[in-house]
Order: sequence, then C-alpha cells, then structure tokens
Amino acid sequence: MAAPSGTRKKSTSSTGRSGGSARTVPLGEVAPAPLVLLVGPEDVLAQRAMDDVTAAARAADPELSVERIAASGYERGTLALMSSPSLFGGGILIRIEGLEAAPEALVQDLTAYAADPVDEICVILRHAGGARGRGLLDTLRSAGARETLCQSLAKDDDKLGFAAGEFRRSGAQASPQALRSLVDALGSNLAELAAACRQLAEGLELSESTSARVEVEQVEEWFGGRVEVTGFKVADATVAGRADQALSLLRHALATGSDPVPVVAALAAKVRALAKVSVAGRGRSAELAPSLGMAPWQFDRARRELSGWTEEGLAAAVLAVARADAEVKGAGRDPVFAVERAVLTVARARRP
Amino acid sequence: MTIWDDLVGQPEAVQTLSRAASGEGMTHAWLVTGPPGSGRSTAAKAFAAALQCPQVGCGECHECRTALSGAHADVTLVATEHVHLRAEDVRPLIALAQQRPSAGRWRVVVIEDADRLNDTSGNLLLKAIEEPPPRTVWLLCAPGPDDVLVTIRSRCRHVGLRVPSVEAVAELLVRRDGVEHQMAAFAARASGSHVGVALRLATDEGARIRRREVLRLPGSVRGVGGAVLAAGQLAEVAQQESKAATEDRNAREREELLAALGATGLRTLPPAVRSQVRKLEENQKRRATRAQRDVLDRSLTDLLSLFRDVLVVQLGAGVELTNAEMAAEVEQLARQSSPEETIHRMDAIAQARFRIAANVAPLLALEALMVQLCPVTR
Repeated sequence: MAAPSGTRKKSTSSTGRSGGSARTVPLGEVAPAPLVLLVGPEDVLAQRAMDDVTAAARAADPELSVERIAASGYERGTLALMSSPSLFGGGILIRIEGLEAAPEALVQDLTAYAADPVDEICVILRHAGGARGRGLLDTLRSAGARETLCQSLAKDDDKLGFAAGEFRRSGAQASPQALRSLVDALGSNLAELAAACRQLAEGLELSESTSARVEVEQVEEWFGGRVEVTGFKVADATVAGRADQALSLLRHALATGSDPVPVVAALAAKVRALAKVSVAGRGRSAELAPSLGMAPWQFDRARRELSGWTEEGLAAAVLAVARADAEVKGAGRDPVFAVERAVLTVARARRP
Repeated sequence: MTIWDDLVGQPEAVQTLSRAASGEGMTHAWLVTGPPGSGRSTAAKAFAAALQCPQVGCGECHECRTALSGAHADVTLVATEHVHLRAEDVRPLIALAQQRPSAGRWRVVVIEDADRLNDTSGNLLLKAIEEPPPRTVWLLCAPGPDDVLVTIRSRCRHVGLRVPSVEAVAELLVRRDGVEHQMAAFAARASGSHVGVALRLATDEGARIRRREVLRLPGSVRGVGGAVLAAGQLAEVAQQESKAATEDRNAREREELLAALGATGLRTLPPAVRSQVRKLEENQKRRATRAQRDVLDRSLTDLLSLFRDVLVVQLGAGVELTNAEMAAEVEQLARQSSPEETIHRMDAIAQARFRIAANVAPLLALEALMVQLCPVTR
C-alpha cells in the first residue's frame, strides 16, 4: 500500500535484525534532528515531546518558522514547498501528524525527502501506531530518523512520574500523597491527568498560598471521591470478606465506567481459584499450580485468600456468582442490583 | 417402500401428512413439533417430497429423492448452524415464497429450526406465512408449539410428533444404517429414543466414552473444589469437541475464500479482503458457539437421564432404566439421597441448560450445576 513492495520487504527485514536501533531516543531526551519520529498510541506524551523539540529548536534559533502538516489532507508537493529555504533566512521546523493515515502522495514525498534530508530543517513525524504506514516508518528509520516511543503508561509508578513532570512543566510541585491520590482518581486517562495537573498548578499560583506545593487536600477538594476501580479490586475485597469495602468499590467501579458483566466475571474467576486451591493439598505451588491450570503466583495468592472459607461458604459463593451472571445478562431486571447482591452474598459466605 | 419409512413410531402424523399430500385437508402452513430426535426434519422433508411426488410419496422417483436431499428446485430447506436464524437469513424467503413452483406441484419452504427464529426474523415472516400464493406451503419445525412466536403458531396447522419407542428407533438403526442389533438397542435406549444421537452413539466409540465419563461425574466428584474442576473438564471437553468438529472446515473455508478473492499466498491482506475474511471468521465463531452449546446440552441431557434413573429406583417405579449399564452407580446414588434431592438436582440441570442458552458463561453455569449435583455435606 505504501512504498513499492520491494522497498518495504527489504527494510522490514533490516529492522528485524537491528531491532531497537541505536537511534532510539528516550522520551525525556528528545532533541531537534533532521528527522524525529514519535511512534506510539499515547497522544499526550507525543504532544509533550513535540513541544519539547519545538521549544529547543526555537531556543537555538529565535527566527524559527514552524509549519504544520496534517497527513490526512496532504497534497502533493507541500513538503517540498515548506522545506525550501525561506527568503528571510531562519530555520524551519515541520510537524507532520497522523502518519498512520498517510495518503500515497505523502508517502512518496517523504520517501523522496528522507533519501536526502536537509540538515538545517527539523521534521517531526507523529505515528500513532498500528500496521498502516509500517513501510514508511521503516524507510524513515533506515534514513536515520531518531525514534522515540510514546507508549501508554501502564504502571502506577510511570504515571506518578508523569504527573510529577507535568507539575514541573507548569513550574509547580506536588507532595507524594497528592500525586498518589491524583493518579488514583484520573490515572486511566493521561490527557485528563495532564489537564488536572495544569489546573492544580495554576490554582496554586492564583491562590498565592503559603505552601509552595500542591498538597493532598487540594487534590481531594477538586478530584476527591473519585476512585478508578476495576472488577478485580472489587473481587479481591469481596473474597476477603470485606463486604462494606467491596460494596463501595463496586459503586466506584460502576460509576467510572465498569460494566456489571466483567465485574461478575472477575468475581467468578476469584471464587473458581479458591475452589480449585481448596482441593490442592499441601505442596509447592510451582508443582501444584500447573495441574489446576493456574500460574504459581495465582495459586499462592488464592491459597492465602482461602483462610476463612469453608466448603459450604464456597458452594454458596459459586451459586451466587452463577445466579448473578444469569441476571446481569438479562434474567434479572436490574444488573447493578444483581451484582451487588452477589458481592454481599459472597462476602458474607466467608466465615468472619 | 414409501417416503415415510424413516419416520419411525409416528403413525398418526404420517396419516395426517400423507392424507394432506393427497389433497385431503391441505393448508398453506404447517408447524411440526416434537421432542428432539423424534424426526421433525425427517417428517417435514418427507412431507415436502410427498407433495412433489406424482404418487404422493413413493420414495423412489426423481422428485422424492431430490426433495429429500435438498436438491429439488421447488423445495427450500432452511437451517442454521448459528445460535439464531437472523433477519438477513430469512429475508430472501419472503420473495421466494411469492414465486410459482418451477417444475413441481408446490413451492415448499422448510424451516428446520423455527425455534431459532428471533423476534425480528419471526415477525419478518409473519405476512409471508399468513397469506402465501396458492401453490406455496410453509413447513416449520420446532421442539414445541411454545418455541415459536404465538403469532406464527396461530397461522400454522399443528402436527405433533411423539417420542418413538426404543424398539422402533433400534429397528430403524438396524434397517437404515446397518448397525448391529445389540448396539442398536443400547444406543436407542441410552439416547432416550433420539434418532440422531442414537446413530452417533452406535457408530462413534469416542461419543460412547465421553458419555460414560459424563455419567460417572455425579458419583465420583467430592466437594466444591472437585465440582469446580469437574465443571472445568466438562467445558474443556465440549470446547475440544466443537473445535474438532469445526477446525478443518474453518481452515478450508478460509482457503476457499482467499482463492475466490485472488488473495492466496499474500502475507498482508488488502483491506477489502481483510473485511471479507473477518466476516467469515465472525460467522465461524458463531458456529463454534453453537457447536459448543450443543455438545454441552447433550452432556446435560445425559446427566438428566441418569437422575431420571435414580428417581425411578428411589420411587420403585419398575420401568426400564435408560442407563442400564450403570445400574450399580444408579443404585448407589439412589441410596445416598432422597427423591426430593433428586428432583432438586434435575431442576438444577434444567436451570444450567437454560442459563447456557441465555448466554451465561458455560463454565460458570456448569460450576453451579456440579456444586448442586455433588452436595458439600454428606
């Protein structure tokens, strides 16, 4: 679809060998270069990187002119037009976004440009990931582009680091507890998290408060009461017999977009693990776990959680979860009530 | 030989249908109901053949043979391998029903899975079934009259089939499929007179083994953990069986589709082809769901027959056991529980079947069932 297939094949195999080439640059160290590639699904990170590069380039050359190209509406020749030297001198920086939807014209222009890039010009290319435009990416890589990965952040630590960075960027600071409760509340969406950090930092500036940093109270004031919960956390609290906590987590989960069906599925997986472990007998988890179709860590965890569970309790739990699954799939009138009842029944089935 | 030979143990239905085919009491829409395996589709196809045959069902002429095999130009057989007959599956039938028969005497539309019509597709057919042209006749098959929309039911003449006798089914297996006498008798009894299942049991060693394993479960499983593991086994077997039944065919269909689209051997598929392949895969997935559910339902029916035997022993009813070869296990289960408990367990099986049909995760429904079949404190 993109470059002639011969080129694509060759470059695919070449990247296959070199893997993450030496030109991969970590997020924090992006700098102007003739070709800068930002690849990955996380838009906020890419946007930050783009801004960083632009700022650095502008610091080096105040006369810099910044051009923007949206790949989807690209017309043939635009790139050549923008990359030709300006009459008034000054450097040029070109931002191309949406490379994953690049039309044929852009692919050809970029291939031609990459074969002989102009050193004084910085071209930033943004590709949101996916299979489309792979060939073009490979061409750019073999032309010496500096690549930075913009992966979505999965770990809480990374998110904490990101939030701290956001505060720094706005010239503010936040206490560790404030960062933690902010990530708990908004961690699933980096864009929301970034916006919240900026708002809090600006609020700090306006309030002229004595404290130099954002404290947990301020976070609670604006974003308190919102906790992003998955079905798994609800299930964890439920089989631990903490009915009150499980119910409030369930409410949070449902309020932040979880559906009753996966919550019941998580609960079912949890109860199933308990039941399996209950017949496993003594022995090392590494030996017993595979025969039950579990990973050793799952096995160990379920074994710890098994305390307080009797045969009758487990039986009642299995029945309650199966009933709830039928009810959230249409056999009952109110899915939320069904899953609540299941959570309560299971939590109470454990001997306190 | 007549066209009705393979419809065993149904003298009344045969009489009604053959008289209708010769012009006595003919009508435009029929609903054939009967328990699974009693021969609903067989009855409908035989009726279709009789309608086309110049001798009203000789079973040997060209018309009869093509109608039975589904090759007759004026007989359309509709069945689905998916969970539902969807609107797009049945919409072409409306136009088709308006056409005059091309060669035969009647245009016949046979819907073998009328119970799988959902509200949309059922309502779509209402008008077509109510007032077809003079030479069109609809034949719908369903387990019971309640399994089709009431509005469809009221537009059809009803023919009920009953459970054929074990002897009649065994005799059919011997005559038609050349099964040995003893095996035919076993299969007919164990299947509860379900002709299709009996044939499978009689000819497939694997099916007999799986059946025996399923029936051993209630007597052997101990405790909640054991019940959950047993449920996992049951679900696993069903999945494997449905996979085995569909895997080769899926791969072949994919090859054929790629060949038809001229995309054989391409490493990356062009978008247009990819969407076609995705559509095929979705269909295959639906088929696998249905296959898995069918296998599970069969296992659950087997379990039901076991507890029926337990109840027979507990109540001293003195009728023949469906699972005579497992008499010892049945005796033991009967001693260990009361008739009330047996009834509860049979209800639990019915509930699990209902839940699986209602989209509950099969594993979860089976776990709940096994927990109820193998009580904790005993």
